[in-house]
Amino acid sequence: MAEKSGADILVEALCDLGVEVVFGYPGGAVLPIYDAIFKQKRLRHILVRHEQAATHAAEGYARSTGKPGVVLVTSGPGATNAVTGITDALMDSIPMVVITGQVATHLIGSDAFQEADTVGITRHCTKHNYLVKDPARLGATIHEAFHIATSGRPGPVVIDIPKDVQVATAKYTRPGPIQHKTYRPQIKADPAVIEQLVDMLAAAERPILYTGGGIINSGPAASLLLRELAKITGAPVTSTLMGLGAFPASSPQWLGMLGMHGTYEANWAMNQADLILALGSRFDDRVTGRLDAFAPNARKVHVDIDRSSINKTVRIDLGIVADVGHVLEDMVRVWKARQHPKPDTNEWWRRIEGWRAVKSLDFPEGDGKEIMPQRAIRALWEATHSQAPIITTEVGQHQMWAAQHFDFEAPNKWLTSGGLGTMGYGLPAAIGAQLGNPKALVIDIAGEASIQMNIQELATATQYRLPVKIFILNNEYMGMVRQWQELTYESRYSESYSDSLPDFVKLGEAYGWKGILIEEMSQLDGGIADMLAHDGPVIVDCRVAKLANCFPMIPSGASHVEMILQTDKVAGTLNDEAKALV
Amino acid sequence: MHIKEEKAERHTLAVIVDNEPGILARIAGLFTARGYNIESLTVSEITEDKQVSRITIVTSASPHVLEQIVAQLDRLVPVHKVRDLTAEGAHVERELALVKVRGTGEARIEALRLAEVYRARVVDATISSFVFEVTGGTEKIDKFVELMNEVGLIEVARTGIVAISRGKDAA
Repeated sequence: MAEKSGADILVEALCDLGVEVVFGYPGGAVLPIYDAIFKQKRLRHILVRHEQAATHAAEGYARSTGKPGVVLVTSGPGATNAVTGITDALMDSIPMVVITGQVATHLIGSDAFQEADTVGITRHCTKHNYLVKDPARLGATIHEAFHIATSGRPGPVVIDIPKDVQVATAKYTRPGPIQHKTYRPQIKADPAVIEQLVDMLAAAERPILYTGGGIINSGPAASLLLRELAKITGAPVTSTLMGLGAFPASSPQWLGMLGMHGTYEANWAMNQADLILALGSRFDDRVTGRLDAFAPNARKVHVDIDRSSINKTVRIDLGIVADVGHVLEDMVRVWKARQHPKPDTNEWWRRIEGWRAVKSLDFPEGDGKEIMPQRAIRALWEATHSQAPIITTEVGQHQMWAAQHFDFEAPNKWLTSGGLGTMGYGLPAAIGAQLGNPKALVIDIAGEASIQMNIQELATATQYRLPVKIFILNNEYMGMVRQWQELTYESRYSESYSDSLPDFVKLGEAYGWKGILIEEMSQLDGGIADMLAHDGPVIVDCRVAKLANCFPMIPSGASHVEMILQTDKVAGTLNDEAKALV
Repeated sequence: MHIKEEKAERHTLAVIVDNEPGILARIAGLFTARGYNIESLTVSEITEDKQVSRITIVTSASPHVLEQIVAQLDRLVPVHKVRDLTAEGAHVERELALVKVRGTGEARIEALRLAEVYRARVVDATISSFVFEVTGGTEKIDKFVELMNEVGLIEVARTGIVAISRGKDAA
């Protein structure tokens, strides 16, 4: 067998693993790899304008297709720029493989030009990472990296490849089945535990299914099984930010998102439930609110593929380490085999309907001229939902309004930075999603502050003729910061005003995009229609009510039943304990 | 506002790992990143092919955090298994110390006498000093060092704790 260069081994291994798209940016320490890419036609390389965007684009691609996202960056600043997106993927369990160039092995540790300790820096923001010093190990390492990134709880894996390893030659063996020495995620639950879980669910008077991103990671079958389980048990369903779309928003059993900006009915149902079945969700602090007041009367069952998620913050009565899709499948099968009748949840639903009647997502309509941001999202939904669009977001008020007011019917349509909360995620994620789904309508719902954090990616969409849409809810504030300053710091707006904003229409045009300005209600539907009618990328600057806030809201340090509703008048200060929480 | 801390228990963990570069940094880094304590950490290869190492970690944490420490360690890709020896029952803990003592005349005789009581071996001697090798549990070594301090302690090197479960089964 002829030997190949490390760079050729990398390209061949990626192709063998079914990779079609690589998001990257060239530089000195990856030149041999870029030359290998130049000489082949199977891999498509997407040139971003900043390495952080490469990682978010890979996340968008991964989240919308279910396939791992692949990133290629150079050493030093290339790798350090990628760190934010790598951390984002770790927090949100996104399968991603990041190839970083490194200085030649004999230069490592000498503070060489563009040298950084990439494996050291990324050790705690990856699921695993490798420094490959032997070209003969390169092929197998790449195969293993993809196995680790995509199996168990998905996450980012970094492979750091010194430049001399890219040039040196070795034999390459095609990937086979991987039996890792130590890494063996537990996929199936013990049948006895499933029986116990079904007993608990059948006996519950006030059950609730609390679902998360794990259902989406498990694959489309898990979403269908969740619908089946909800149907046969009659249990209400709520979801975390990351899990939106796994259960259809049009179902009468859907309570909406829970947590800090969740609905009144979802949070009260969590508080009053006697059984919480957590499915691929992780009791994040945005979800639980004050821990000692969280769901005081509920028995809690937690299904998670990551053992460390169980009992991390909330005490669990029954922990099940397994893939949530398999557990759902087993539960539905056991339930049906036992011919359980649908439990009587009428009284429970009567109470839920009472909470629902509060209509916690309602918002004041304004003066008829001014656009309320929530109204803009509803209008966007009305105009696009029949096309099942993929929605990405940045981070802040617009993100929460999108989560509250844009209804999703299917998984893999909602891409947002949940755990890390990374401003600048939405535009590159939309680019990645559009590449993975060329025919889909992809819209980044953005804020005027966040969009500027990766605005340079307008050029990437132009270069690859990607018809992504950006819909900016422009209120001239870092709105969520301003909202917290109103609630906690007596409205001292320290540095939260978006001064010196660019003219987004002209900015878009400068990059070859269509720009649309929407200033008042009468232009809203027309502006959205113009955006959808344009066969190319469009940036919409939608001016919205400047001081609108995102409600309902559980303030930091409060419990699920201490929600602030739209109609409540709140302002002022919080005690130090609450101030210390994020 | 004051920051509250939970009550901690001292536990000894045995972590069997693949002997790959960076594994120690991965484990030590996990402890700092997540705010866990390390009281002592020892590591050594334990197989003939040098592919596997055993890491013994003594940590102090509340029971809830201990459960997390074990789960977080177990989640690292190169980790074969993690055992909480303290939680799992009877086990033996040993430490080795090299203790350098200066002294002449009566102090020198006293040092030798105490060393005999503690079954410490003399591994180096000059006219005016000794190096003792002593093994045992942490308390015994603490006590020996304390006594030597009175006689003429110069310096101490300690291995940290290694531990193994009692009985026929592997950890």
